[in-house]
Amino acid sequence: MEMKTNGTLLQLQEVNKQFDGLLAIADVSLHLASGEIVSLIGPNGAGKTTILNLISGVYPPTSGEILLYGESISGLKPYQIAKKRVARTFQSVQIFQDMTVMENVLLGLHHRLQSGFVKGMVHLPAERKEEKRATGQALETLEQLGIGHLAYRKADSISLKEQRCLEIARSIVSSPCLLLLDEPAAGLNIRETEEMAEIIQRLRQQGLSILLVEHDMNLVMSIAHRVIVLHHGLKIAEGSPEEIQRNPEVIKAYLGGTLSA
Amino acid sequence: MTKTRKKWIFFLGLAVVVALLPLVVKGGYYLLVLNIIAINGLVVLGLNLLIGFAGQISLGHAAFFGMGAYFSAIFTAMYNTPPWATLLVVMVFTALVAFLLGIPTLRLEGHYLVMATLGFNIILYILMVQMEYWTGGPSGFAGIPPLHLGSFPLQGDIHYYWLLWSILLAVFFLSLNLVDSRVGRALRAIHENELVANALGVNTELYKVIIFAISAAYASLAGSLYAHYLSFISPKTFDIFYSIEIVTMVVVGGIGNLWGGLLGAAVLTALPEVLHAMRDYALLLYGVILMGVLVFFPEGLLPGLVKLWSEWRAKKALVSE
Repeated sequence: MEMKTNGTLLQLQEVNKQFDGLLAIADVSLHLASGEIVSLIGPNGAGKTTILNLISGVYPPTSGEILLYGESISGLKPYQIAKKRVARTFQSVQIFQDMTVMENVLLGLHHRLQSGFVKGMVHLPAERKEEKRATGQALETLEQLGIGHLAYRKADSISLKEQRCLEIARSIVSSPCLLLLDEPAAGLNIRETEEMAEIIQRLRQQGLSILLVEHDMNLVMSIAHRVIVLHHGLKIAEGSPEEIQRNPEVIKAYLGGTLSA
Repeated sequence: MTKTRKKWIFFLGLAVVVALLPLVVKGGYYLLVLNIIAINGLVVLGLNLLIGFAGQISLGHAAFFGMGAYFSAIFTAMYNTPPWATLLVVMVFTALVAFLLGIPTLRLEGHYLVMATLGFNIILYILMVQMEYWTGGPSGFAGIPPLHLGSFPLQGDIHYYWLLWSILLAVFFLSLNLVDSRVGRALRAIHENELVANALGVNTELYKVIIFAISAAYASLAGSLYAHYLSFISPKTFDIFYSIEIVTMVVVGGIGNLWGGLLGAAVLTALPEVLHAMRDYALLLYGVILMGVLVFFPEGLLPGLVKLWSEWRAKKALVSE
């Protein structure tokens, strides 16, 4: 796995995003170092998913710059950003229901494989070899996430927890340098959420940098190195989990005065 | 994997049926129908790749079919170019035209391709009728030379039966491979969720344009073969109604099911011939059958029949227990 030792991996510089009349993101700056887990929290509508969409190129920022390894990626298409090894998951699970678990993971390898239209049609040994290698790699990733035994099941026949694991498998199979997780614990019960926390920890130990959007405070506070709080598109606080839990402004804006979770 | 094995067993079965059919089917008329099924099957195959795998609809495949037919006719009959080389060049040219047509329309989200191809079909039809010097106008283009294999001229329905069905099987083979490859996976992903496919690193716009160009090339190939086979073509064959017919064959057979598309082409090509005996009621019956299929097998004839079969087997297994 590639790791830049001292450099900042991801940087947002005074990013704004306006939808028609609505300013969804206002002057947000943030950075993420290699190997770091940074968590974005905030009430519904604070702009967390919008930030993930901006980084992954779903839409360009209205103003400001997004830098990956110091190089601007604002305005690039999602597939171009995926090629720069930024992978993501989605808030509501977005797996391909009509395909098998294996095919879903192989799609995560799409931009790392070569065979195009002609090679696919003629089905030469080189293409078969590449597919075989990819299948092995996909299976390894699935096993790492504990769902290797489901590889040839249809993707819509597995549980939500397994689907979330599948989505993570699909995003990490290409060994990205940055992983954007959008509420990986949404809809999971307490035990499943703990398992998810372990999975994320393991990914970090492998050198992956993670930007985590999450509502579950236990999860955030137990695994994030740094927490950034958004409110109405503004960054209102940033710091270690302990600092954030004590920050009066955060408590007022987000936690409604008490911090029991 | 068993799934791939099963696929090739079916393919082999189809090849055997194609090889044995001339032993049973005698007479020019039945062979003609079978040959037209092969030609329609080629166009349907390409269109099914576009509709079933990239989720885009073209209402102009008759135009690409016509481009193949008319360019092959004009060049080989008027300028004596070698037919096979002409066929290939025309295929590439048609694909290029489709590529250029696809770039502005497929970049947009939604079904703009339907409008663009519809317009393209109408324009091409007008050109076929109006450019009399080259196309022969509404009365058609006659005297298209036959194809040769080496120095062996292809004459009569049985020769073309072997040629057309061999080509269809070859193209079918290539398409089955494509669907199962990295590219096929990406196309199916585009069909299911374009945004997610893009986020996974698939250049969705480019893939859609390329598969559109390929499906146009299939239609062009079919058109060239059609022209050399019948030696006479006229604009009527390439109007908008043929485009709609081809889309119907895809829908009836099973969108995204290449085998189903073949069945759709066979059924809808043969049906009017069968219904001919009913004279005045032919059109009515055609409509009723079409409606019946869409009502009872909305996912297409072949997937519907397969489902029915497996349900019946499950029920039987339950009873025998």
